[in-house]
Amino acid sequence: MLLWSGVCGLSPPRIFPSLLVAVALVGLLPVLRSHGLQPSPTASTIRGSEPPRERSIGEVTTAPPELAPESRPVNHSFTEHSLKSRKAFPVLGIDYTHVRTPFEISLWILLACLMKIGFHVIPTISSIVPESCLLIVVGLLVGGLIKGVGETPPFLQSDVFFLFLLPPIILDAGYFLPLRQFTENLGTILIFAVVGTLWNAFFLGGLMYAVCLVGGEQINNIGLLENLLFGSIISAVDPVAVLAVFEEIHINELLHILVFGESLLNDAVTVLHGLPVSRALPPVGHHGTHCLGSGDAPLRGGQHLPQVPHNHQVFPEDVEQCQRDPHLHLPRCLHRGWLPPLELDLCHQHPALLPHRPSAGQRSLSAAEARRAWDSLTPLFPSLAGVLGLTWFINKFRIVKLTPKDQFIIAYGGLRGAIAFSLGYLLDKKHFPMCDLFLTAIITVIFFTVFVQGMTIRPLVDLLAVKKKQETKRSINEEIHTQFLDHLLTGIEDICGHYGHHHWKDKLNRFNKKYVKKCLIAGERSKEPQLIAFYHKMEMKQAIELVESGGMGKIPSAVSTVSMQNIHPKSLPAERILPALSKDKEEEIRKILRNNLQKTRQRLRSYNRHTLVADPYEEAWNQMLLQRQKARQLEQKINNYLTVPAHKLDSPTMSRARIGSDPLAYEPKADLPAITIDPASPQSPESVDLVNEELKGKVLGLSQDPERVAEEDHEDDRGIMMRTKEPSSPGTDDVFSPAPSDSPSSQRIQRCLSDPGPHPEPGEGEPFIPKGQ
Amino acid sequence: MALCGKVSKENFNNIPDLELNPIRSKIVRAFFDNRNLRKGPSGLADEINFEDFLTIMSYFRPIDTTMDEEQVQLCRKEKLRFLFHMYDSDSDGRITLEEYRNVVEELLSGNPHIEKESARSIADGAMMEAASVCVGRMEPDQVYEGITFDDFLKIWQGIDIETKMHVRFLNMETIALCH
Repeated sequence: MLLWSGVCGLSPPRIFPSLLVAVALVGLLPVLRSHGLQPSPTASTIRGSEPPRERSIGEVTTAPPELAPESRPVNHSFTEHSLKSRKAFPVLGIDYTHVRTPFEISLWILLACLMKIGFHVIPTISSIVPESCLLIVVGLLVGGLIKGVGETPPFLQSDVFFLFLLPPIILDAGYFLPLRQFTENLGTILIFAVVGTLWNAFFLGGLMYAVCLVGGEQINNIGLLENLLFGSIISAVDPVAVLAVFEEIHINELLHILVFGESLLNDAVTVLHGLPVSRALPPVGHHGTHCLGSGDAPLRGGQHLPQVPHNHQVFPEDVEQCQRDPHLHLPRCLHRGWLPPLELDLCHQHPALLPHRPSAGQRSLSAAEARRAWDSLTPLFPSLAGVLGLTWFINKFRIVKLTPKDQFIIAYGGLRGAIAFSLGYLLDKKHFPMCDLFLTAIITVIFFTVFVQGMTIRPLVDLLAVKKKQETKRSINEEIHTQFLDHLLTGIEDICGHYGHHHWKDKLNRFNKKYVKKCLIAGERSKEPQLIAFYHKMEMKQAIELVESGGMGKIPSAVSTVSMQNIHPKSLPAERILPALSKDKEEEIRKILRNNLQKTRQRLRSYNRHTLVADPYEEAWNQMLLQRQKARQLEQKINNYLTVPAHKLDSPTMSRARIGSDPLAYEPKADLPAITIDPASPQSPESVDLVNEELKGKVLGLSQDPERVAEEDHEDDRGIMMRTKEPSSPGTDDVFSPAPSDSPSSQRIQRCLSDPGPHPEPGEGEPFIPKGQ
Repeated sequence: MALCGKVSKENFNNIPDLELNPIRSKIVRAFFDNRNLRKGPSGLADEINFEDFLTIMSYFRPIDTTMDEEQVQLCRKEKLRFLFHMYDSDSDGRITLEEYRNVVEELLSGNPHIEKESARSIADGAMMEAASVCVGRMEPDQVYEGITFDDFLKIWQGIDIETKMHVRFLNMETIALCH
């Protein structure tokens, strides 16, 4: 799997959620065993009478023999040597039941991961169909396949889902919650979540009741309470589905956090609302408060896993578990992949129920048809009305108003998902004879919202010209100013004695820094102030960009050649730039350089919310640090050896060649391999492509004649390899075969565009690793 | 003391919460800055009265919904000018590298073990970025003097300060500086 991801360009951390769930699911095995799914491993006697169909999808095992139908003592049959020689010695046997459960689980995980990866590799589909749609389809296919073979699909027990699958999802959601936007908009989010969901539920329930009254006589007997219950179940906006869609449309952060936050928090409301409505159950007041308390705190992450009673037939406990769903998140794929087969299973079971309960079944089917038309659209109307009403109210208090366009997107983005399904699924048949009907309706709604709304929201967003997420890079200036402003406002509030938003935020930060971080973050980094952490992150991002673009860094056509000279002519060269690295880190870096000489890390565009939280490879960080130091020294040396004034805007390749050819940076070191510390080496095929792009002046560019470039690179290689060549005369275009190493003065080193990006390294540091010593 | 209706710098030291603020000296200074008080191009007043205090506080007024676009722009400019004055301590109209370094050092002053060089390097990097944003390509012999107010406006272009820089008072009686 890791290999696959490497091939497809995804970094291993992308797979971590899936791996995590894989590990979690391994723990499913004992649970599933205990639920009696797993036949006994000592299946020696059973094996002989296995139905042939199981062999068709079975696993081939070699050890266990096939015993003759005559009774044999049940034993772990690896001791077939002791059997009577009259028996044919079995060479090959198939024992599917033995490996069934882990096999199926692994197969599902593998399939889900492949789908997830493959989905991103095929760009055309991903631009039209949101990921969750595709996963539902896959789930349906798998379920259909399993059904077609005649097997019963594995049944995911609710406590298995909530105990094993949900915790990693919760952790992931809590970890990546965009805190600042969330807290700033918390009031709005709460109003949408609480009031909006209640409104939705009641309105929808009432609407459904009206439909039941005027509809055919089959559904007339569905009472108001049942309809209200249905309304409350269906009004829950599913955060998983929402995120799956919203992340792909890159909507602006305000809308994103509003819809996301609302979907996180509204499940508690759904549950609370559903409880009193289900009249057959004892009112569970303390459950109610517990639900509200833990449902309202997504920030507390996964700490509130309940003690799950195994009697999962009882509604309140299940309901309590259901409202852990606020934190449903990655791996959505698995979440999606598990449940649709269940859905399919149920769909198949509905006709199966017919012989047993003909009246109910018939009623449910025809009424379901009548209802489906309504059900598909009903979630939209109350949502729209609710959002409009609430926004009018909320806008009185907001500084940044929500425009009608925003409101429409908020309403339209309310996708229903698996939460509604699970809640519906948990309805007890004894109390709700119409629960099949409800379930069908819920499934229909889910399909409609996910497929139709999910697919159309992207063109709608474009059509309405909703403000998209700003792609501007966060700059160090912005960070400084933001922090300054925070402190300023806190100070002003303190002066006025007004304990406002900033005051409490500051207190929380201080508490966090003093107590919490020390426990959670190891080593020195716990004391690292945010500014420095941010700066390091930016540095690393640029350093990685530096490597990817072949040593040139991000050099747009409007080149920024600002360096220390420009802002501070009197700056001293001998300054240690960043906090000193300890001796063993130096050693580590040397080792890394020895091992990872030309590794160019390609990065695909990843999920948005992960992007700025750049996945830091610690060793990449160190490596890049070193290389930036080298680039800096290089520039310093070049400044000294300036022979030709640099007025020409050189193409990136030429400049890169010049960097590459600078001998001083690549003197062989005693303990390092010679020269090859050049990340800009064009020898790796990836960087050839990147160089291709650079030549066009764009970063992700058009294709170039590969041969010409390769040829130039080849000549470059030779240059870097430092074979002696004639020094080229200035003015010729023969830059690609740069001068040899031993005559720096004759080198046509021009002022090199070596500033790697808009944050060129301040100051010149003394060489990190002493040169030539 | 405040009995005479005027407040001096020492009174601000009595605020306990302000002690923990890393940029408290700049904040206090801003209250007495003549440029903010609109009393002169530079220098510090010794004392301020309640009116002056309100003048300063008016910079933090939230944007009114009834304002039109031009007024919003004006408001924004005023707020940014206030910030600019806080950075530019010597009142020469430019934020020089030294002043910027000073700002970053103060921001990081809450962490005593951070070396001075890190603060300086951050400030240098920020300054260079500002230079590249505002001026673009520079020859090696050009020197970027400092961030002028217009450059400052340019840097802040993407960020909506009018929504960030405000303090909302639910109850005006809570302003209890003169007690």
